[in-house]
Amino acid sequence: MSKKVFLLVSLLMMVAALVGGLAQRVQAQQPTPSDNDVNRVARQLYCPVCENVPLDVCPTTACQEWRELIRLKLSEGWSDEQIKEYFAMQYGDRVLAEPPQRGLNWLIYVLPPVAILAGAVLVIRILRRMQAKPTPAEAAPAVLLSPEDEYLKRVEEELKRAEKSGR
Amino acid sequence: MDRGEVMSVSETTPRRLPTVVIVLAFVLLLGFLALIAWGLRRSMSGPISVGDRVPDIQMITFDGQTIHSRDLAGKVIVVNFWASWCKPCEQEARELEEAYQYFKDSGKVVFLGLAYVDTEPNSKAYLEKFGITYPNGPDLRTTVSQMFRIRGVPETYIIGSDGRLAAVKIGPFQSTQEIIQTIQPLIH
Amino acid sequence: MIASFGFGVLVLTFLVSLYGIGAAVYGVRSGKAAWVESARHAQQLTFPLVSLAAGALVYLLVTGHYEVSFVYSVTSNAMPLYLKITSWWGGQAGSLTFWIWLLSAFTTAVTLRRWERDREFLPWVIVVSLVTVAFFLALVIFFENPFNRFWATPTGEVEAFFQPANSVPIFPSDGRGLNPLLRHPGMIIHPPMLYLGFVSFVIPFAFAIAALVTGRTDDRWIRLTRRWTLVAWLFLSLGLVLGGRWAYDVLGWGGYWGWDPVEIAAFMPWLSGTAFLHSVMIQEKRGLFKRWNMVLIILTYCLVIFGTFLTRSGVLSSVHAFAQSAIGPMFFGFIGVMFILSLALLLYRWTDLEAEGHMHSLLSRESLFLFNNLLFMGILVVCFSGVIFPLVSELLTGQKVTVGPPFYERATAPLFVGLLFLMGVAPLSAWGHSTIRTLGRALWKPALVSVVVLGLVLLAGVRSFGALLGFWLVAFTASVTLYEYGRAVLARARRTGENLWMAFWNLAGRNRRRYGGYTIHLGIVLMAIGIIGIEIFQQETQGTLKAGDSIQLAGYTVTYRKLDEFDAPDGRNVARAVVDVSRGGRYLGELHPRRDYYYASQQPMTIPGVRSTLEDDLYVLLVDWRPISAEGATFKVFHNPLVNWVWIGGIWLIFGTLVAAWPDRDPEVEQARTVGRERLARQTA
Repeated sequence: MSKKVFLLVSLLMMVAALVGGLAQRVQAQQPTPSDNDVNRVARQLYCPVCENVPLDVCPTTACQEWRELIRLKLSEGWSDEQIKEYFAMQYGDRVLAEPPQRGLNWLIYVLPPVAILAGAVLVIRILRRMQAKPTPAEAAPAVLLSPEDEYLKRVEEELKRAEKSGR
Repeated sequence: MDRGEVMSVSETTPRRLPTVVIVLAFVLLLGFLALIAWGLRRSMSGPISVGDRVPDIQMITFDGQTIHSRDLAGKVIVVNFWASWCKPCEQEARELEEAYQYFKDSGKVVFLGLAYVDTEPNSKAYLEKFGITYPNGPDLRTTVSQMFRIRGVPETYIIGSDGRLAAVKIGPFQSTQEIIQTIQPLIH
Repeated sequence: MIASFGFGVLVLTFLVSLYGIGAAVYGVRSGKAAWVESARHAQQLTFPLVSLAAGALVYLLVTGHYEVSFVYSVTSNAMPLYLKITSWWGGQAGSLTFWIWLLSAFTTAVTLRRWERDREFLPWVIVVSLVTVAFFLALVIFFENPFNRFWATPTGEVEAFFQPANSVPIFPSDGRGLNPLLRHPGMIIHPPMLYLGFVSFVIPFAFAIAALVTGRTDDRWIRLTRRWTLVAWLFLSLGLVLGGRWAYDVLGWGGYWGWDPVEIAAFMPWLSGTAFLHSVMIQEKRGLFKRWNMVLIILTYCLVIFGTFLTRSGVLSSVHAFAQSAIGPMFFGFIGVMFILSLALLLYRWTDLEAEGHMHSLLSRESLFLFNNLLFMGILVVCFSGVIFPLVSELLTGQKVTVGPPFYERATAPLFVGLLFLMGVAPLSAWGHSTIRTLGRALWKPALVSVVVLGLVLLAGVRSFGALLGFWLVAFTASVTLYEYGRAVLARARRTGENLWMAFWNLAGRNRRRYGGYTIHLGIVLMAIGIIGIEIFQQETQGTLKAGDSIQLAGYTVTYRKLDEFDAPDGRNVARAVVDVSRGGRYLGELHPRRDYYYASQQPMTIPGVRSTLEDDLYVLLVDWRPISAEGATFKVFHNPLVNWVWIGGIWLIFGTLVAAWPDRDPEVEQARTVGRERLARQTA
């Protein structure tokens, strides 16, 4: 029981911290557009020359230049989307965190959901089919398990079975 | 795509596995293996090698002018990849310009500079700093550099007048003389 | 000399494995048990042999034999002894040797067990293990030899094992040193754990293949390998958690999991392995899904091999693959042969693997397990397509694309939510038969508790839908699991008259698998708390500060004090900032974010300054600084609420797995002992 209390307390502590944090959030003196604005865009982009490094955390000089480019574009009033498009145009689609939704790329947006749906249909069909033909011996319901003694009996039975069959 | 998905289809068939399912399972597996094999071959094979025909190169210069390499057939084309953030590129920048001036009047050699993953303001500043006058532009979508599978900058690819790759220089040229000597024998 | 010895032993091991494969097959074909026994001895010989070769390699590493190219590339004079030893797995050739060493240890251990009841499995288990050992040995011997040396030839420097014509050996005085990213304790133990997980999955796979070949289709192979599977899962989980911790401490992007292809390659076998751990229970209890279990274990083994291939062959990184590896084609050949053979074998035995029982209810434990498997496979499909798609795109369109975190997060979040929910419901549903009524009766109390928690979270001001759903599920699953414990403990205490602790101890001790499993579930719940915290509530800000300036985030104030730059004795330049952290005007302490620059490898590393509590982490990075002028330094500050629960949950999960996997007394051994004692008694009488 104490574990649960512990859990609850930690949850509440966290929540309090969050609320407090949101209320007190004050920006330090920032150049315009601020580093945070630049990072917001950079986080959605990938470094064009390194493999799989997001632009906002990439430490190379080249990446610093690209972050400055984002700042420049932001100061010219470009929107996040426009900047992302510009980067994709300049450096290829691999700078985008996700494949743009066109051309062949629809495959990756369609195939996984289709596969999962197919799997779900399959699982349901299997369950239906298996349910359809219970043998009389197995069909005997595992009785209604009401109070705790019955539950324990079940546990003990399972334990015994486990001890007998496994090692 | 996932072999498991395919095979559990037949979980519902009580007796024999339909031939269709067996064939489908193997086709999917072999297709997957073929894809990996293709990818592997591609990653193992090197860049376009000397003597191979070079596909059309398209570039849009910083001045907005569109250049197709197929329009330049019969001329020697020097394709130089560079970037403003690249220190070794600076070693050969002036030399490339001098070589360009050297061949300019013959009309038989074209120089093209492609800025590899660079920012436009920096690229322009770089061109200005080294007084480069031949056509330069960004390698949009890194298409050309992916075609040559360049490994870094600077790299220079020289296409002969027959449209085949004639010479490759990885890293900077050491002198104007070296550039001229590389190009000279290709002019007919 | 030592290098030649090591290489010679590797070649010898390779020949021994080939002999073992041949002897096992011949023995089983001709029915001559002596040949199988000989194959078994060959198998048992691999471990001491590989240990000798490994010993030679470690000796070279420790004594700084830089004329050996592998030693040169991973060690240097300045490195401490423990790093010189662990750099064994710091590079491709060494880590392959390390992998072989672990593999031979595990497979040898398997052949040491008693085989009376399962003699027909033995030759095929030997064949599968030795084929895997021999393949990796071939990789090392032919392509990635850790004993290669440097030679100076008239045309330049080459690496080779045998001396090329007209060449002289080169003896460098110092090495390049281990990649600084790999010098973190997490990275030192992370690869061995991951490899242990990988290689121990070979054993259930070998037994599954043996069951398929021999046509023994009962669940014996599952019972025999249950513990191996748990051990494999334990190490794989540990490897993943440690990898996350390493990323958090060293990579400097404020997170622990970036959905990088290399990470996913290790995550995929974990997914199918976890699905397998659940679905084997259905086969054991109810005799269902024999085929599916075969599919899962084969899939897991294939994913282990495929993941290793992806991360080592350079097939995924094309444009910037400087170090292209030659092992690709051979590795591919192995994968092709193994995949096709396994599939063929599986389809050949398909009809024999008929289910013995039937399903009765959509809400029974076994059907919920089936949905659990569906969700795990769903996540696997998402991961697999995400990893493979950049390759497809590059091949078909010539454009390389990135499949990054937004894709994976969007696609897997609902599946993870579903899994968390099932984790809450399934323990309370019965095997065989459950209805809404029985389930409802079992669930209402924990559900009530979770609703109360949800109310409290709402009252505290959280309005994000994702967070509310997540916290509700966490509370629900946690209360169900604790309720399961509590109910059984109370009932047992009442029945046996034991006190609560004894009742708990005996209950868990007598069914470690069940209660170990629940402990693992609790670990996952704790990790989920951390993941919700960082995924939904993470905040960050960045600013350039002059000395004395401060930046605020989430109630914290970070004040820049000073920055020192100096050279450390182990070949790096350190820029170390000092910042003060306070909250609500109360001073909490100093943090030291720094940037290390390793001269030898020209690699910078960003080490965060972290103030870590159960409630949240304040994670400060030094992004940039101006050395001389007073302009100050740029800091990036992350506020990561609850992130520590990820590690606490991870430890909890490992603990639960240990409980579940701890060896029982073997009934066969017990029986043998009793028989022996009786015989002894008779003899003495």
